[in-house]
Amino acid sequence: MAHVAFTPHLARYFPDLRAEVVAASDVAQLVVELERAHPGLAAYSIDERGSLRKHVNVFVDGRVVRDRESLRDALTPGSRVYVAQALSGG
Amino acid sequence: MAKTAGSVKSSKAAKIGHVGQKVGRKDGPRLLLGTRKGVFVFTRRKKGWKLAHHAHSGNPIPYVFHDTRTDSTWCSIDHGHWGQKLARSRDGGATFEAVAEPKYPDGAEIKPGKPATLRYLWCLAPGHASEPNTIYIGTEPGALFATRDDGASFELVEGLWNHPSRHEQWFGGGRDEPGIHSIPVDPRDARRMLVAISTAGVFETQDGGANWVPRNRGLEAHFLPDPTVEVGHDVHAIQWCARKPDVVWQQNHCGIFRSTDGTASWKAVHEREKKGRRRLAFFGFPIAADAEDPKVAWIVPAEGDQRRQAIDGALRVMRTEDGGQSWIDLRHGLPDELAFDVVYRHALDVQGEDLAFGSTTGNLYWSEDRGDSWKELGHNLPPIYCVRFAP
Repeated sequence: MAHVAFTPHLARYFPDLRAEVVAASDVAQLVVELERAHPGLAAYSIDERGSLRKHVNVFVDGRVVRDRESLRDALTPGSRVYVAQALSGG
Repeated sequence: MAKTAGSVKSSKAAKIGHVGQKVGRKDGPRLLLGTRKGVFVFTRRKKGWKLAHHAHSGNPIPYVFHDTRTDSTWCSIDHGHWGQKLARSRDGGATFEAVAEPKYPDGAEIKPGKPATLRYLWCLAPGHASEPNTIYIGTEPGALFATRDDGASFELVEGLWNHPSRHEQWFGGGRDEPGIHSIPVDPRDARRMLVAISTAGVFETQDGGANWVPRNRGLEAHFLPDPTVEVGHDVHAIQWCARKPDVVWQQNHCGIFRSTDGTASWKAVHEREKKGRRRLAFFGFPIAADAEDPKVAWIVPAEGDQRRQAIDGALRVMRTEDGGQSWIDLRHGLPDELAFDVVYRHALDVQGEDLAFGSTTGNLYWSEDRGDSWKELGHNLPPIYCVRFAP
C-alpha cells in the first residue's frame, strides 16, 4: 500500500482530492487506481500513451520517477508518492 | 470511425465558478474572449460592453464559442501542466463544467514511429443546424475529432487522419506539428465541410468526413520549392460568406485569397507590390467575412513573415467591398504609433454591423459601424487568442 499526496494545485479541478492510501505495485498501476477513485484525474498527469506529462513530476520516496514513459517505477508497502507540477508558468 | 473514451462529468466535476453578475439570456448579445489568463464574457450595454464573467482565471484559452443550437458556451483550455482540457457552460459563462477531451487512439502516429498525443485543442466548431449535438474539434498534431452526443464521447475522423498526404506533406507552421484551425460546415449540407490546416492547406469532404480532397488550386506557397503544390500550404484562416458559402475567403501565409466556386479554385486578392507604394493588405492571420455580402471581408494586416507586428507601429484593420480588388484602410480610433499588436487568426469577429478584435498585447477593440471607427474596450487584458460574438 502506497501513501499518495498531491500538489494543492490539483484541488482546483478535484476539490475532493486528499492524501490517500492506494494498493499498487508500481506507479502505472497507482495511476489506474487513482483514476478509478477520481475519474478524469489520470488525464491531468499522463497523456494518451500513459507517459507523464512534460510539466508534471511524480516523486517516490523523495526521488523523481525514472521511467517517465511507462511509469514502471516499483512501489513497496509504505512507499510515499507525491504528484507535483513544475514551477513553470507565466 | 475510431471511438475514444470520454464522458461528461457531472457531480464530481469542479464547478468552475467565480464572482460575477448573474447572466441570463435576457442579457442579450455577448462578446467572448479566449485569453492567456482565462475566458472573459462581456455583455452588451447601451453604450458598449461590460465584463460579466472571468472564468478559468489564469489558464490559457485557445478557443471559446457559443453554440446557439444548444445555448452552450464551449472553451478549450491549454493547461501548461495538466494537458489540454475542454469545458462547457450552460448558463452564459457563469459556471463551466469539465467535458472529457478527445484522445488520440492507440496506435495513432504523427509519422511512422512517432506516437500521436493531443497537443492543442485549436478550434471548436458547431456541426450543421440539423445535428445540434455535433461539435467538431481541430487539434494539433492534425486530427479532427467529432462528437455526435454533445460531448459525451469523441471520435477521430479517420478519413482525414488517414489521408495519404498526411505523413509526407503536412508539417507544423508556427506550431511543432500540423494543426486544424478552421472548420466551416456547409449550412446547406450537413455532409459537406472544410478544414484548414497549418500547414497542409484546405481540405473538403462531401460525404460526412469519410473522404477528403485537397482544395488548394491557385494558392502560392513561396516557401516551398514548388509554390503550386497540391498539399503543403500554410492557410492561416478561412471563412465563408454565410449567405453564399461558395464564396470563401482565406488569409494565407503568402497573401490573401478568395474562392467563388466553393474552393475548387482560389484567386489572389492581396495587394500587389508596387514601386513607391507600401503594400499593406498581404500578411496577417485572421480574416472575417460579411455574412450577407460576398464581396465584403476584413483583415488585420501585419508587417510580414519575418516581422510579425503591426505595420510601421500603427494598428489597422482593412476592409474590401469589391471582392478583394481593393482594400480600405481603417484606422479611426486605433493607435498610430508605438503599436506592436499582432492579432491571431481567431481574434477577429464580425456580427452584423459589429466587429471586434483583440491582440497579443492585450488590447481589445470594437466597432459598431463595420470598422469605420473603433473604440477600445481594454488595454491591459492578457494576450488575446480568440474573440467571438455570441448572439
